[in-house]
This record gives sequence, structure tokens and C-alpha cells, in this order.
Amino acid sequence: MVRPLGFLVGLGFIVALLCAIVTTPLSNEPQAAHAFHKEARHLPLSSDGLFPHWDKAKLQRGLQVYKEVCSACHSLDHVALRDVAELGYTEGQVKTFAKGFQVPSINPDTGEPATRDGLPSDHFPAPYANEVAARAANNNALPPDLSLITKAREDGKDYVYSLLTGFQNPPANLPKELQPATGLHYNPYFANLNLAMAPPLTDGQVTFADGSPNDVKAMASDVTAFLVWTAEPKLVQRMRVGWAAFLFLSIFSILAYLSYRNIWADKEH
Amino acid sequence: MSFPWAKSYEPQHPLMKWMDEKLPIPRLIYNATGPGYPVPRNLNYFWNFGVLAGAALVIQIVTGIVLAMHYAANAGVAFDSVEHIMRDVNAGWFIRYAHMNGASMFFIVVYLHIFRGLYYGSYKAPREMVWLLGVVIFLLMMATAFMGYVLPWGQMSFWGAQVITGFFSAIPAVGEPIRVWLLGGFAPDNAALNRFFSLHYLLPFVIAGVVILHIWALHIPGSNNPTGIDVKDEQDTVPFHPYYTAKDGFGLGIFLLVFVALTFFSPNMLGHADNYIPANPLSTPAHIVPEWYFWPFYAILRAFTFNFLWIDAKLWGVIAMFASIALLFFLPWLDSSPVKSSRYRPLNRIFFWVLVADVLLLGVCGKMPAEQPWVILSQIGAAYYFAHFLVILPIISRIERPLPMPNSITEAVLAKHADKSSASATA
Repeated sequence: MVRPLGFLVGLGFIVALLCAIVTTPLSNEPQAAHAFHKEARHLPLSSDGLFPHWDKAKLQRGLQVYKEVCSACHSLDHVALRDVAELGYTEGQVKTFAKGFQVPSINPDTGEPATRDGLPSDHFPAPYANEVAARAANNNALPPDLSLITKAREDGKDYVYSLLTGFQNPPANLPKELQPATGLHYNPYFANLNLAMAPPLTDGQVTFADGSPNDVKAMASDVTAFLVWTAEPKLVQRMRVGWAAFLFLSIFSILAYLSYRNIWADKEH
Repeated sequence: MSFPWAKSYEPQHPLMKWMDEKLPIPRLIYNATGPGYPVPRNLNYFWNFGVLAGAALVIQIVTGIVLAMHYAANAGVAFDSVEHIMRDVNAGWFIRYAHMNGASMFFIVVYLHIFRGLYYGSYKAPREMVWLLGVVIFLLMMATAFMGYVLPWGQMSFWGAQVITGFFSAIPAVGEPIRVWLLGGFAPDNAALNRFFSLHYLLPFVIAGVVILHIWALHIPGSNNPTGIDVKDEQDTVPFHPYYTAKDGFGLGIFLLVFVALTFFSPNMLGHADNYIPANPLSTPAHIVPEWYFWPFYAILRAFTFNFLWIDAKLWGVIAMFASIALLFFLPWLDSSPVKSSRYRPLNRIFFWVLVADVLLLGVCGKMPAEQPWVILSQIGAAYYFAHFLVILPIISRIERPLPMPNSITEAVLAKHADKSSASATA
């Protein structure tokens, strides 16, 4: 009974699929944007690979770029001001750094909204009070939070670096419907080629205390390294613990294998 | 659990004798995993995956209970609470990544376990009940994994929940009210997130319960083996402990090595970048893709693009997707061959590997966007999937002429070793 019924059910699905095969067009709708879209360029960082470490000087420069440039529009919600101690700052420096921010607060006398100096326990304050304010200031586009940006995009850091350095004039053969509209900027690394963010970096925009190069590429590389850290501050620790666990389990597996062979030595199997 | 050659438990120590009279737990353990449970001596490494699936379940429950201590099931703060676990909870990043990749490891070992059963005919009499309970576990795992993926409340969580609960709206007339009732709203929101969390916490314990039944049902006929030949006497077997506890110990070591490599070295490899974007009901991701372990079924769902026999293509897809799993319940009766192991089934062996290739192809199709050539490949793949179980398998089980089989497990083992020693003698 099961077999004849199963046969009929199977036939039903197969005929339905054959009809679907016959009726589905074999060609895809042409997507002009694909031809102009570019693959993200690789950005090698010290936090890559199986034995990563943080390049603290680079992360400090990246923090400076974020603070002086990106933070005008982009929040960093998940990162606390105290976290920057991991970039090699002393406790005093972190306190001074936190004091440089004004965070929303309540006036203790009147209960009215107010602001106060930042504390290390505060998170990076957002540039806009809410989404409406952010859109109003940015031609109705919403600047995304950057805490997780290198994990929240395909190709991660490579994408962020490519986007920051990828602004250019549209190619001459770009079809009219793909031309950037008013207030949009052409960037072949962005999914639909035109984005609301204006080129954020210009050569020499940020002056680093250590005299490091400050052309667009160097600043983009520094801030991308910083955003790799904000997305995964435990990355280096994770890899170190991983190697310890891997080594321990390798020894465990070898011992387990030897005891398995020993126990089975008298049994053919 | 009554094999004539099974050793019986005889407590020596007075305390153990006392215990055995009052609550014979030591006897239960002795008969379940000790010398009281004789197992075929010729099991290969594919028989490790049952124990490994059990280990994966325990890891998921332990890490999950710890995560629930820090997670907040509220649509407003769920995403932030996961990031809080990743950044501020001691070793929270480890617990969370272990749980996230533990789900993948669980499915990897369960898929290997299922295909082991398919190749060696472990679903056949007298083990039909073991197989049926296994399919129940698989369904419960899929429900649990889906609801767990919703909890971080990222973009893929939200849109995955939207797509999966949308299956119910394909039911004619009552579909939409059912969907709204299940979600507790018109779209996934706080009500849905809360009930998913509640069920995600409940179902693993239901799985654990069915696992106990699965093992109980296994221990009545005893384990199958690579020859598929029944155990005839004591020399075909070895006691579970220490023989298979030692072998499973080694298997567990390798399993944990892979687990650790995934969790620590590449924890987001099997995930999707969009799930690090907070859920946004107003912005649909370019490609909504489920987790990898659902890709083959997702491909079957999307393969149906034609309103055949007045049934909507979407409903066909949903029916077919559920049918692709439900048909496994009938497998012991679809395949009527008296021979279990594909070692002695030349035709079934070929079609088994075609099925493996087909499921892998469907997996790739499920990952890719709904564009050609992936659409036609998923249609062909889905058609073969149903043809394999419902047409090909019943036919080949009738027409196939099995290869000559050894008389017993011991004979097979000794013949293998005789081959090896004569080969080394001539070399």
C-alpha cells in the first residue's frame, strides 16, 4: 500500500516540477549594475590570520579618524569609552578622553534634559538624538551605526576600506538610469553604485601626533583597522584561547587514539 | 536488552547491592553502556556519530542555559543583549560562538548519522522504530534551530521568521489567520520573539526525551553493523564498555577539534553578515537565506514555480518541503530489500551516492539567489530527490540481485584480515 501511494505522490511532485522547468525562462533579467560593480580590494591587517595581534598605534590613529571625521554622522553604540583602554591608553588618558564627550543626562535639580561630561563607563554618544534627526541632516539617508560594520557586510573590512577609498567619477559608458542622482555619489564598491555619503576623507584631513602618513588610503586603512576592533574586541584573545584549546584537544585525541588501539589490540574488527 | 550472551550485572560491594535493591541505576548503566550491552565487533567510524550527536545536544543545552542568563527576549533590546554577551559578559563571546557553531556541528554529525543509516540500511526491520524516532528528533532539531536563529533579532532573524511563518499563509482560506495567531501579530515582533524564546528553551528537553526513546528502541534489537548481518552469537560482539567507549572517546576528540577550530578560528564562517544588522521591518535584505543546514529544503521550497493542478506554486513548495522530510517516515516500507547493507546492494550503492550528490546540489541551490541556472538545477535536484525515495528505491529493491554475503559478522571480519595478511605476504 505504501509503495503504490508513494509512487503516485512522487509522480505528482515530479510532474509539477517538470511543468515548472518548462515554464521558467532560462535567461535572467539583465542587471546593468552588475557590470559596473567591483569586487572589494583586500586590506591586509595585523588582526588577520591564525596568529593575529592588534597594531595599537594604528588603532589609536583609527580612533582619531573616527572621532574627527566619522563621528560627525555615525554612532558607535556598542563600544564603551572605557574600552579604548585596550588600545594602549592609561587610566588617566581614558578619563580625559571620556571627559571630552558630552553625554545626555538629567539636570538633578529640575529634571530637565541636560548634558554632562562623559565618564569611562559611558558608551560613545550618538551624533543624532534619533533616527528622524539623523535622516533630516543627511538628505533622508540614515548613517548606519559603525560598531559592527566590519562584521555586518559581506567581505567585512575589505568592503569598508574599498568603499572609503572607492569614490570616483562615474565611467563615461554608465547608463543614464545608473547615474548618481542629486545628493548621491558614485562608488563602484557600493551595492547599487550610488550612495548618499559624500567622500568622507581628503588627503591631509587628520593630523596624527606620530607623524604617520595621512593620505586618504592611510586614513581609510587606519579607521578600518579600528572598526575591526570595535566589531570584535575579543578577536586576539579568541585566537589565543583557540590555540590553547586546540593543543589540549590534540593531545587528548592522541591519547584517546592510543587507548582505543590498546583496548582493541586483542580483537580483530 | 536481553541477549543470551550479555553479561549480567552482579554487584559485589554491599553498598552497591543495597543500591541495586532500592534503585538499580548502576544496573541500568551497566546494561545500557557497559558490558551488559554487547555490540557488533565490526562497527566502523560512521557509528561514532550517534554519540557525537548526543554530545552536541549536551553542549547546546549547557551553553544555551548560560546564554539565557544574560539574554533579554525583548524586541527592543534583544540585539543589544547579544552584543552585551559578546563584549561585557566574562567569556560571553566564547559561550555565544560555541552555541552558534554548536548548532552547525549538531547538524553536521546528525546528517552524517542519517546518511550512515541510509547506506547501511539501519532503518530496516527490526529497527524501524529507531529510525522513526530519529526523524522526529530531526524535525524537532529543525524547529529548535529555526527559533534559535530568530533570537539575536538581526536582519536575517527577522526576515527568516517572516519567510518561515509565511509558509502557513500558503494554506487556503485559513492560512493567514493561522499565521497571525502563531506570530501573535501581523508580522514578527515582540510577541513572536517571546514565544520563540520560550519554545527554544523547551524543545531541547523534548529532544532529550525523544533521544532516550531512540536509544531505548535501539537497545532492543541492538546496533546494526557495516555488513547488515544480524548478530548470531557472542563472538560477533564486544561489550560496549570498554571497546566502544574507547572508540567514542577518540571520536569525541576529533569532533571537538573541528568544533574548536570553527568556534575560535572562524566563528562567523557559517553565519550571514546581515544578522549583525539589527532587525528592520522596513528594509528587506537583498537575499534572504536560511542557515546552511536548511539550504537543501529551501531549494525544494523554491523549486516549485508553476501553479500545477489549480494548486498555487507557493503551496506546492511548502507541501513538497514538508513532504521531503515526511517521506522519511515511510522509508522502512518503501525499501523492501531484505538486504540491509549497501555493501551487498550494487544498485542501491550507486543510487545512494547519486542521492548524496543531489542533496549537495540542492544545498548549493538553496544558498544561491533565485536566478538561473540555480532555479533549473534546484528543480532537477528536487525532482530527483522525490524520484529517489518514491520511485527508484521501491523499484531497485525488487529488481536488484544482492552480492554474496558472509555467513556471520565474525566470518566477514576474519575474511577481511585474511585478505590483508595475504596481501602483505605477497608484497
